[in-house]
Amino acid sequence: MRRIITAIVYNKSGVLSRITSVLNRRQVNIESISVGVVEAEISRMTIVINVNTLSEAEQVTKQLNKQIEVVKVSDITDDPHIERELALIQVNAPMSVRSEIQAVIAPFRADIVDVAQKTIIVQVAGTHDKINAFIDVLRPYGIKQLARTGITGIKRG
Amino acid sequence: MKNQDQEIAQKMSGAQLLLKSLQKHDVELVFGYPGGAVLPLYDALYDAEIPNILTRHEQGAVHAAEGYAKATGKPGVVIVTSGPGATNVVTGIADAMGDSVPLIVITGQVATPGIGKDAFQEADILGITLPITKHNYQVRDVEELEKTIDEAFHIATTGRKGPVVIDLPKDISIIEGTYTQRTKPVNLISYQPTTNPSQLQITRLMEQLKKAKKPIVLAGAGITAANAAKELQEFVERYKLPTVTTLLGLGTLPADCPYFLGMGGMHGSYASNMALAECDLLINIGSRFDDRLATCPSQFATGAVIAHIDIDPAEIGKIIPTDIPIVGDAKNALEKLLAFEPFEVDSQAWQELCIERKQKYPFKYDRENKDEIKPQRVIEKIGEITKGQSFVSTDVGQHQMWVAQYYPFNFPNQLITSGGLGTMGFGIPAGIGAQFAYRDRPVIVFVGDGGFQMTNQEFAILNENGLNVKFVLINNGSLGMVRQWQERFHNERRSSSVFDGQPDFIKLAEAYGIDAVRIMNPATVDSELEAAFAKEGPMLIEVIVSNSEHVTPMVPAGVPNDQMIGVE
Ligand SMILES: Cc1ncc(C[n+]2csc(CCOP(=O)(O)OP(=O)(O)O)c2C)c(N)n1
Repeated sequence: MRRIITAIVYNKSGVLSRITSVLNRRQVNIESISVGVVEAEISRMTIVINVNTLSEAEQVTKQLNKQIEVVKVSDITDDPHIERELALIQVNAPMSVRSEIQAVIAPFRADIVDVAQKTIIVQVAGTHDKINAFIDVLRPYGIKQLARTGITGIKRG
Repeated sequence: MKNQDQEIAQKMSGAQLLLKSLQKHDVELVFGYPGGAVLPLYDALYDAEIPNILTRHEQGAVHAAEGYAKATGKPGVVIVTSGPGATNVVTGIADAMGDSVPLIVITGQVATPGIGKDAFQEADILGITLPITKHNYQVRDVEELEKTIDEAFHIATTGRKGPVVIDLPKDISIIEGTYTQRTKPVNLISYQPTTNPSQLQITRLMEQLKKAKKPIVLAGAGITAANAAKELQEFVERYKLPTVTTLLGLGTLPADCPYFLGMGGMHGSYASNMALAECDLLINIGSRFDDRLATCPSQFATGAVIAHIDIDPAEIGKIIPTDIPIVGDAKNALEKLLAFEPFEVDSQAWQELCIERKQKYPFKYDRENKDEIKPQRVIEKIGEITKGQSFVSTDVGQHQMWVAQYYPFNFPNQLITSGGLGTMGFGIPAGIGAQFAYRDRPVIVFVGDGGFQMTNQEFAILNENGLNVKFVLINNGSLGMVRQWQERFHNERRSSSVFDGQPDFIKLAEAYGIDAVRIMNPATVDSELEAAFAKEGPMLIEVIVSNSEHVTPMVPAGVPNDQMIGVE
């Protein structure tokens, strides 16, 4: 089962390896980790993992909480929350199909952020599934490069 | 910096600053081994009031520090050089992590400009020890050093205790920094162990105890760490609770306490294992349900309500699903349990059954055999000679389990053994470390002929420091515990477990200036042991035993506790 875990950590060197080491040791498969500094000295991580049971997920949160440089860990999967992933996609776009592509991406609220002679780069944000769907739509045109951030998430309310 | 601090602020080198900080934390001695990266530190030690005990191997230093820490409950301190010095203490750090031993390990590091450049004697000790420390630091600014040491002591000695590594680059130990004699308590907002258990959960536990017909207590090392043996005994006696201990929980109840059923688990007593299997309420205080105890988690105490008291919330529910989770220090928890209005537990039949089993199925060996010395007898006899009052350090293997079975432990911290990691080579230096802590109390080391050869070089420091440790070498000419498993589970194929030739251990001891005696006559073993123990000073007592003995009874790995083999 997929679980979304957020961790508030000190922004110190080596913190990320402490976190991944805890997960690796417990044979937990990491789907994605995204990190960013949110305050002076404080970073926020969103970790998406795949585990078999709820108690495994609970053990992961407890073990992460034990790390001295971790301020707080929460499993937000079952709470109302917002999750977002960002993708940048460079797609083949000869003049003949440009307007078609524009029409196709509009419902996804994607933006064109770069235009070259034969290609464009589009940017899209949303849930993991939405981005998968979006990529499927663009694939027939020929994707040249694709970058995704992994999930970042936050509790609602 | 505040004005007040400035008044006592002094400039000194990083090395001096470090030693000053150790003094502030009441460190009486350190165990260590010098080298290039810690030369400034050893130079400062030359004038310091804290002696450095120069072991003959860094592994000896770290196990000695563990022995000191296990005997006293105070943190052991180790200083080693970078690279090979640091990697030589890895086993001891992992051992301390396994048994939650407070330890401060100071590793030298190459100077900061060389870090990350594969400099001479550089090893990434932060990376190497990351998974086997409670926390680790690399000091990159001399002005951070004092604070780092304060934090390290705080982390090592609070909550669930454990090892902390401080990696000190050589240049940081040379340059001058400010020593302020900080007295502010350490406050790490991200590290706030819960020590006071929830009253609600305590009440739930007591309500359950009122209803219980077959309650037991499982006592682990958490009792010793929290200094709660007295409270445990009072609780057990008040409610007449049959009690099982773990290996590291031995000594938390005195051996003659009528409710003490013995150690549980793989080589535990029949009475303990049956009690674990049949109880209807299991009160675990400070044990982590290790697989040597809970040999088959899916079929462990299946009919019981499980209450688990532990300072580390991550231990609760990790192995065995818990009905009543109680996060807190064992002493606080027991005090709250004792504060309850006392009541009668309707469990007399159960108590009688447990005690009857203990009497009917004691640990057994062939006492009639007059042809060979029985290792069990040796331990039993030494228990009698020392009246169960000696500190006892063991190495790992069969002799360790026989010590657990036959030595009568009477006080917490008495047994100094490697439980979690099962580290051969631990016994000799750990016993020496314990003797440094208690110069005038008897210390015995039990060791096999295998483990003896891993760290016997530390004999060198006995006479140097005027120590008085008795080493009992149980020589079965083999790696006994490995051989036992091969004989039981691998068709008697003794692959690499029987020694072809052994050194003359007596001569070896004599080479270090240590008195030594070899005991090989079954008829006189008792009197020879008495004579040896009557002598003053350090001594090696080698006892030649059969090489076919097995530790029994046994719960094979992965099998439920009540399916013991070797019970008649
Ligand atoms: C460092 C280390 N290496 C290997 C082992 C595996 N091991 C466990 S018990 C044992 C045999 C110990 O033999 P000995 O020291 O002679 O003691 P005995 O079992 O004979 O009492 C071995 C090899 C270990 N526990 N530690």
